[in-house]
Amino acid sequence: MALPSYTETRYRIWHYIYIAICTFVFFFLIAPLFVIFPLSFNAEEFLVFSEGMKNLDPDAFSLRWYKDMIYGTKNPWGLAAKNSFIIAIFATIGSIILGTLAALGLSSRHMPYKGIIMATLISPMIVPLIISGVAIFFFMAKVGLAATHTGIVLAHIILGTPFVVITVTATLSGFDHSVTRAAASLGSNPVNTFMKITLPLILPGVISGGLFAFVTSFDEVVVVLFLAGLENTTIPIQMWTGLREQLSPTILAVATCLIILSTLILISAELLRRRSERLRGINR
Amino acid sequence: MSSETKQILTTDGIPLEVSLKKAEKKNKIKAFLLVAPLLLFLIITYVFPIGEMFSRSIDDKMITNMLPKTFKEMEKWDGQELPSEEVFAAFYYDFKVLVEKQEHGKLGQRLNKEKNGFNSITKKLFRQVKRKKIDETISIKEQVMRVHKRWRNVEYWQAIKRTAPPYTMSKYLKGIDMYYAADGSITQVDEDRRIHRILWLRTLEIAFFVTLFCFLMGYPIAHLLATLPMKYSNLLMICVLLPFWTSLLVRTASWMILLQQQGVVNDFFVMIGLVSDDNRPEMMYNKVGTYVAMTQILLPFMVLPLYSVMKTISPSLMRAGKSLGGTPFVAFWKVYFPLTIPGIGAGCLLVFILAIGYYITPALVGGASGTLISNQIAFHMKQTLDWSFASAMGLMLLSGVLVIYWIYNKLVGVDNIKLG
Repeated sequence: MALPSYTETRYRIWHYIYIAICTFVFFFLIAPLFVIFPLSFNAEEFLVFSEGMKNLDPDAFSLRWYKDMIYGTKNPWGLAAKNSFIIAIFATIGSIILGTLAALGLSSRHMPYKGIIMATLISPMIVPLIISGVAIFFFMAKVGLAATHTGIVLAHIILGTPFVVITVTATLSGFDHSVTRAAASLGSNPVNTFMKITLPLILPGVISGGLFAFVTSFDEVVVVLFLAGLENTTIPIQMWTGLREQLSPTILAVATCLIILSTLILISAELLRRRSERLRGINR
Repeated sequence: MSSETKQILTTDGIPLEVSLKKAEKKNKIKAFLLVAPLLLFLIITYVFPIGEMFSRSIDDKMITNMLPKTFKEMEKWDGQELPSEEVFAAFYYDFKVLVEKQEHGKLGQRLNKEKNGFNSITKKLFRQVKRKKIDETISIKEQVMRVHKRWRNVEYWQAIKRTAPPYTMSKYLKGIDMYYAADGSITQVDEDRRIHRILWLRTLEIAFFVTLFCFLMGYPIAHLLATLPMKYSNLLMICVLLPFWTSLLVRTASWMILLQQQGVVNDFFVMIGLVSDDNRPEMMYNKVGTYVAMTQILLPFMVLPLYSVMKTISPSLMRAGKSLGGTPFVAFWKVYFPLTIPGIGAGCLLVFILAIGYYITPALVGGASGTLISNQIAFHMKQTLDWSFASAMGLMLLSGVLVIYWIYNKLVGVDNIKLG
C-alpha cells in the first residue's frame, strides 16, 4: 500500500504504525503453528529447542517421534486415527444429507416458522460445547449408545449439521429457482431435477459444508470425552490425554500431520469457495 | 355487481383463490417435509435432552419417594416442636420398607447432605430395625427416640421435612454459593467457601477481555485484508484461515510449548534482556496463558465477520469523506467506522459466546487461576458425579448464552452468519 506523495508526516507515521500492528497480528496468528514443525524432528525427549537445533546440527534432528507415532507400542495412535476417520466420515455423510435437505426446505419461500426453525437447527453451534456434551451424554446413556461408535457419530452429526445448513443456505440464496421450474416444465420429476440441476449448482456449498462437518468431527474433543470408552478413542482424545499427562514429542509429530491435513482442507475449501462464487456469478 | 361474477376460475372450474391456496399449502408441506428429518433428529437427540437436564437439575424426588407416609403425616405437623407419635410411626414404617429394599444407606447419605449427623443415626436405627428390637405394639416414638439422642432433636425432623418437596432449587442456589438454611431461608455460604461466584466472575472477565483483545487485534487486519488488492489479501487470508482450520488441540499444544518456562517466548525475553535467565516468569498455568491462547484461537472468528462486512464498503466513501474536508481520522471515524458496526457486533458476540463456554484451552493452559465455569461443569460430570449440579450450572450458563444469542439474532440475524 503505497502512500501518495502528498501525505503529511503524521499520517505517514500512523500508516507505518498500522502496518506494524498488522504484521504483529499476522505473526501472532500464524507463528505458533510453525513452532511445532521443527520441534517434532527433535532428537531429544524435551519439548525445547536444544543447543544442537539452534546451531542446525544435523544430529540434533531425527525422525524418531514419527517412528514412535507409527510403530510405538504404547501409543494407540493407529487405533485413534482409524476411529477418527471412520467417525468423521460417517458423521460428514450424515450431516450432509440431513443438512442439505433442511437447507433446501429452509430456502423455499413457502417455509413456515422459518426464524424459529433456523434458530433451532443452528443451536448446536451456539450452545457451549460443554452443555451439548452433557445433554448428548444423557441421551446416549439412556438409549444405550454411550461408548459406541454409533453414539459418537450421531453426536457429531448434531454438531456438524449447522455448518452444512449455513453453507448450503448461503449457496441457495443466489440460486435462480426458475431453472428448476424450467426443468419441471420440460417434464422432469423432482428427484431428477434435484440430481441433474440443483445438486450440481449447489455442490460447492454442500462440499464446503461437508468439510466443516468433517473438521468439526475430526477435532471434536469435549463431547467425545463424555461419550467415548477405551475402544472409541480418537486422535483428539489421545492428544488431550497426552497434553495433560506426559507431554511427549510424539504429540508434536501427530500435530505436524494434523497441520498438513488442515492445510489440505484449507486449500480445497478455498478452491470450492471460488468455484462456488464463480458459479453464482459473484466474482465477475 | 356482486363479487361472484368477478371471481376468476381456473380451467377446471375451481376458483383461482382456492386453487392457489391449495398449491401454497402443498408447497408449505413440501418445504416442511424437507426440514423435518433434521428437525426431528435434533429435537429427539438434542433439544429434549437439554430439557431433561432441567428436570434433572431441580429433581429431588428421591426422598419424596422414599418416605411417602412420613411426609403425609408431616403435613399436620407445625414444625416447631417434636413431631407426634403418628409421624414417628410413619417414619418407622417407611424406614422398614427401605431396610427391606436395602436403600436405607442412600437415605442416610442424602439426609446427611441436608444436615450433618444423619448418616450415623440412620445406621443406628437400621441396626435396631434389623434385629427387630422395635416393638410395634407400644409407642414407636419412645423407642426411636431412645436409639440416639439426635432423634430427640427437633432440628433433625425439620431437616427431613425440608426434603419433602419433589423439586428443589438448591442446586441453582449452590451454583451462586447460596443454600437453604435450617429455617428454610436462603443464606450465603461462608465467605471463604464462595468458589462459584469467583468462577462466574472470572468466566465473564476472561470472555470480556478475550473479546476486547480479539477486537483490537482483529479490526486492523480485517481492514487491511479488505483494502489490499486481491492477490495480496488472498495470501494474507491464509494466515487467518489456516489457524481457523487447524485442530484446537494442536494450537493449544503449540502455546504450551511457546509459553513454558524454558519455552520460546521466555527464551526471546531473556535474549532481548527483558528478564534474567534465572527469573523466567510463569506464563502458563495461569490467566496469562488462558488470555494469550484463547485470543489467538478465537481471533479468526472476529476477523471473518469483520472482513465480510468491510469488503462491502466502497472505498469511494472514504475518499468522499476526505474530499469534503475531513481529515483521514475524521473520515474514518464518521464514515467508515459506523458502517462496520454490524461486523463488530457479529464478531464480538460470536467470540464472546465461544469464549464464555470454553473448556479445552483453559483446562490445559489455565492452571488453577485460569479455569472457567465449563471446567467446573466437567469436573462435576466426571469426578464428583453430581450430575444434577452439573446440569444446573450448565443451564445457568446456557441461559446467559441464549440471552446473547437473542441479542445477536436481533442485531445481525442468525442467517447472516458467514463462514470463511
